[in-house]
Amino acid sequence: MKRVQFEHSPIPYLFIAPQIIIIVIFFLWPAGQAVYQSFLLEDAFGLSSKFVWFRNYSDTIFSAAWLQAFGFTIIFSTIVTFLSLGLALLLAVKANEVIRGASTYKTMLMWAYAIAPPVAGLMGNLMFNPLIGDMYVFMNSLGFDFDHKLDAYDASFVVILISVWKQVSVNFIFFLSGLQGIPKGVQEAAVLDCKSSFRRFWTITFPLLAPTTFFLMVINITYAFFDTFGIIDTTTQGAPGGATTTLVFKVFQDGFRGADIGGSSAQSVVLMLLVLGLTVIQFRFIEKKVHY
Amino acid sequence: MKKAIYSAVIAAGLSATAMPVWAQTDIQFWHAMGGRLGEVVEEIAEKYNASQDTYNLVPTYKGGYEDTMTAGIAAFRADQQPNIIQIFDAGAATIINAPGAAIPIADLMTNFDSSDYIEGVRNFYADSDGNMIGMPFNASTPLLYFNKDILTEAGFDGPPATWEEFEEMAPVIKDAGYIALAQSHSPWILAENFHSRHNLQLSTGNNGYDSTDVEILYNNDEMKMHWGKVKEWLDEGYYGFYGRGWGDNQDAFVQKKTAMWMGSSGSFGGLATSAEFEFGAAELPYWKSITEEPYGTFIGGAALFAMAGKPDAENAGVADFMGYLTSPEIQYFWHKETGYVPVTNAAYELAKADGYYETTPDAEIGITQLNDRGGEWTKGYRLGFYVQIREVMYKQFDNIFSGSSTVEEAFAAMEKESNALLARFNDSVN
Repeated sequence: MKRVQFEHSPIPYLFIAPQIIIIVIFFLWPAGQAVYQSFLLEDAFGLSSKFVWFRNYSDTIFSAAWLQAFGFTIIFSTIVTFLSLGLALLLAVKANEVIRGASTYKTMLMWAYAIAPPVAGLMGNLMFNPLIGDMYVFMNSLGFDFDHKLDAYDASFVVILISVWKQVSVNFIFFLSGLQGIPKGVQEAAVLDCKSSFRRFWTITFPLLAPTTFFLMVINITYAFFDTFGIIDTTTQGAPGGATTTLVFKVFQDGFRGADIGGSSAQSVVLMLLVLGLTVIQFRFIEKKVHY
Repeated sequence: MKKAIYSAVIAAGLSATAMPVWAQTDIQFWHAMGGRLGEVVEEIAEKYNASQDTYNLVPTYKGGYEDTMTAGIAAFRADQQPNIIQIFDAGAATIINAPGAAIPIADLMTNFDSSDYIEGVRNFYADSDGNMIGMPFNASTPLLYFNKDILTEAGFDGPPATWEEFEEMAPVIKDAGYIALAQSHSPWILAENFHSRHNLQLSTGNNGYDSTDVEILYNNDEMKMHWGKVKEWLDEGYYGFYGRGWGDNQDAFVQKKTAMWMGSSGSFGGLATSAEFEFGAAELPYWKSITEEPYGTFIGGAALFAMAGKPDAENAGVADFMGYLTSPEIQYFWHKETGYVPVTNAAYELAKADGYYETTPDAEIGITQLNDRGGEWTKGYRLGFYVQIREVMYKQFDNIFSGSSTVEEAFAAMEKESNALLARFNDSVN
């Protein structure tokens, strides 16, 4: 294919300059600093500094604690992404069918969107408090021997529940607008062809929602990786036995609490590569199946 | 008219240039004391600023202990450090081992004599020769608090002095319908001070005071015996575990779920306002099977460090403020208002002479425990990346409690992970 050459004008560059400046200052420069720091071993105050090649990477990444956090992050992110997408889709489809009091339902479902993750975490923490928490009492009254302060699965349940609850409303808004964007004509034609609303959903509605779903998947994986930090910090703090420590929380523990700047920089570089890799995979392989 | 304006302008200009000559030197003080404690810090600053006119102390609250340390580190790297920063026990090795981040208090203050300070206080933030580097500020030590009503109900006149006595009391308390014990800080109370109370070595290299090239000694028989017992107590329902949070465990005591609770000597004031029952404080129990008589504990809390890289005039102000802060009157005020122990003997004498302990005898327990006989291993510890090591300890204690590791496995893992961190810290400062 032959490319058409246009006259070069500097004006487009001027238009994108503000965005570029923001990316350089708030992403490229700090990311570069992290890469640089990840090769240095120094005391917290930076008074003695050594170049150590990949020592920080090998020290932290081969440690049992990092591997545990890595495993948990993968499982946690997968569950949070699928549950929050699945529940939101179900709620959006149902809310879309409601006619009487539709806006009330929708408002109620969107409500949690305004809550910041740390606040959601604090609320969850109160509800699961062993002394005064209603959810704690409820779970035990169901016959579970529920103790999230000691049991790794119970603690994971708590952080997943709060993370999903917090995210469902965001996904709900997008799915709902996605559903409302599907032409009425297509839906009516489908009703004539197929009686089963279940099959209509999977063959007509879901594929037409694919661009929304794909976009939300990328957003939700990032949410599960990074934004759930506030929830974990205000609920389990990675306990018990490090079972709910995510990679981001570990970066925070080592860097901001423990003053190990080289080690936490190495971890954040790995995390950056991991999320970058995931996003590339999603765009290369999954996006191919999405029809816009 | 014009002349008047001219002279006004000139006067203003003159006073603007002349200002710095008369201005007070600002002393920046970053601290981690929130709530009521923060108010007391503000009061001390006001008192100090009113007491002289050369210096103006500016206290700034920087969040929790870790936040304050991180803020100080970031500021130091940007050459914007405050004159004084409050650093907590677990962060002491970080600032002391960074070559030239802090000016030792003993060098900064004239007429400094470490024997003026209380036994359990004087060595924790000092170097291996006993020269004080940080000034102990909010010095606290772990204590055992007990609910008098519950113990009376179960038929006891007082708390246990030894863990052996505790083992006899716990089933009776359980029968009365209560959990015998909870505590709020496993590494501090049931590991670090456990070693001091029984005079056990905590790490090689003189508990880390002599070198950073050290190994941790937590994987010892006494610790494993003790933690084996704690796990037994948990399973029997004698010990309550309400998570890692300080408050969650204290709440269990306040809400009369547990008969006893181990917390800080600084918790006294908070308990006095929140507990709706009569409570008392006692020294930490010890194992008679390990030592016939107990040893003293050391302080927790935090110390004030004079940061390097500041002009001499400001450093002189730091020294002046430290002198004011350690004066008996201010120490006594701090002790009374917060429950932290006074750091000097003179302040302790003043509190005694004032009859403070006759009205509130529990306020003295922390000091008597710090003044219990000292041994080779009772002055404290100095370990790098100790914040991370505490994280490792919490993790392994959780594993013991949940039963996912045996005591043996948990302490072996703790030793291995801690030593890897210590080796890494050693390389980072040398």
